[in-house]
Amino acid sequence: MRYLPHTEEDIQQMLQVVGAADLDALFSSIPGDCRRKKAMDLPEPLTEWELNGHMDCMAASMGAPPFYKVFMGAGSYHHYIPEITRQLLLRSEFFTAYTPYQPEISQGTLQTIYEYQTLVTRLLGMDVANASMYDGASGLAEALLMAIRATRRKKVAVSRAIHPMYRKVVETYFSPTGFEVIELPVGADGRTDFAGLADLGELAGVALQSPNFFGCIEDLEAAGKTIHADKKTLFVVAFSEPLAYGLLKNPGACGADIACGEGQSFGIPQSFGGPGLGMFAAKQQYVRTMPGRLIGKTTDRDGKTGFVLTLATREQHIRREKATSNICSNQGLCATAATMYMAALGGTGIRELSRLNRDRAEYLKSELASTGYTSPFSAPTFNEFVVRFPKGFADTWQALLEKKIVAGLHLAPYYPELSDCWLMCVTETISKSVIDALVKEVAK
Amino acid sequence: MKAISELNLPEDVRYTDDHEWAKKNGDVVRMGISDYAQDQLGDIVFVELPDVGSSFDKGEEFGTVESVKAVSELYMPIGGEVTAINDALADEPERVNSDPYNGGWMLEIKASDPAELDALKSKADYLEVLKG
Repeated sequence: MRYLPHTEEDIQQMLQVVGAADLDALFSSIPGDCRRKKAMDLPEPLTEWELNGHMDCMAASMGAPPFYKVFMGAGSYHHYIPEITRQLLLRSEFFTAYTPYQPEISQGTLQTIYEYQTLVTRLLGMDVANASMYDGASGLAEALLMAIRATRRKKVAVSRAIHPMYRKVVETYFSPTGFEVIELPVGADGRTDFAGLADLGELAGVALQSPNFFGCIEDLEAAGKTIHADKKTLFVVAFSEPLAYGLLKNPGACGADIACGEGQSFGIPQSFGGPGLGMFAAKQQYVRTMPGRLIGKTTDRDGKTGFVLTLATREQHIRREKATSNICSNQGLCATAATMYMAALGGTGIRELSRLNRDRAEYLKSELASTGYTSPFSAPTFNEFVVRFPKGFADTWQALLEKKIVAGLHLAPYYPELSDCWLMCVTETISKSVIDALVKEVAK
Repeated sequence: MKAISELNLPEDVRYTDDHEWAKKNGDVVRMGISDYAQDQLGDIVFVELPDVGSSFDKGEEFGTVESVKAVSELYMPIGGEVTAINDALADEPERVNSDPYNGGWMLEIKASDPAELDALKSKADYLEVLKG
């Protein structure tokens, strides 16, 4: 597909065919008060040189890696992206491909998404994955709505240790539905506290994040058993850092019914917060209540292997307001990037990278502990952890920023009870010497 | 697709405008979709049925039937409590196509108001609906 603007000649030709005198006449069926009366208030156009200069100025005003050393994750992680991912992604067959409604001409796109689904199910240990959702937050909201569809129950429980912005999105999705969202508290060790779960009545689903927002690794197996004490309740495992599953036991092995989360870590640049990639997978028995698009493998009438959209009868373009979800699109390009990233690293590579992240983060954790700064939580962590700093650290943080070091995320706006705590993240992009430099500054 | 004259429309079941059928079966009422409905839908690949013990009013949606072309809602011909569902449809949904009134039945319910069954359409009245 090509993206070429219409010329004045094209427009005149089309107007002639439909029999409209001008563009105003063409749009006359749209009520007047819905139409803009004046031209849009936009600045004068820039030349390519001016525009590049403008963008450079804007970029220079941001503190981003590699010019800054960023010890901040909180749902968006700076990882190296192999050049092979970038180069393959730039191929126009992938880069400009549109929604593959027509399998006869979309086999490449369809197969890519099919491979993506396969890799996601293997990473997460689930039976079936969809072609992706918009991001981790919308994936979680969709997972909880799916639990409601699958169980025909009316309330869900969500851990307070789930990313605060994911919980906000859940709130937005649920507010017009009348379904109830109950918050599960965080225990003293930084993991979700299930003590009160049995008193919450019939739940459609219970959602945890692991590693959770504090970086703590939840005891998913134990959580699964507790949640499945009620056989109907769906166990939803969310995540913001899929790389953790290179080392940790995957959600499927821990009894998850749905696994969903953010896939940005896999070959997708942070890009100032988006776009992301909503990975979404479930057990086979729930495939018909799954939101989004699915690609299936089949054979054509000559017996040759081919790929098609499958279970599309439940999607919005066919089933309108009765569809399983209002989303019947997917993050095609980001999913393609993640596919190439996972394939480039392979299972062994993902495991090694995962270990490297964990080891670097543990190094910072122990170095900080030896200078007297420890975590309020005792649960094991992956590449992120919470540190409690003494009064006045906000000034230190600011001073470090001047030195192009971003020393974590202050938790006060999100968790008032942790107002003296910062969330620190270390990925493979932060070297030992940079960690040492940070610790030296903090210890001053 | 079948012509109206080719449709299998038994005399001993009652029909609805939504193309479900219902029939007294001892103490309970059995229900499913008509030959016309299965023929219009085409090859059926999945039938989603409610839990035993759930209750519905007449006209309420109780499940869905999925064919290779579309997913359609199923509506209660009469109100009542579900006493049995046809478990065989989980593995053999095509029974709805091949045998809509026997092997392809969907629910058995305890009717909340038996008079509702008598108010449904006879074969002759249903034929009028189909002929439009």
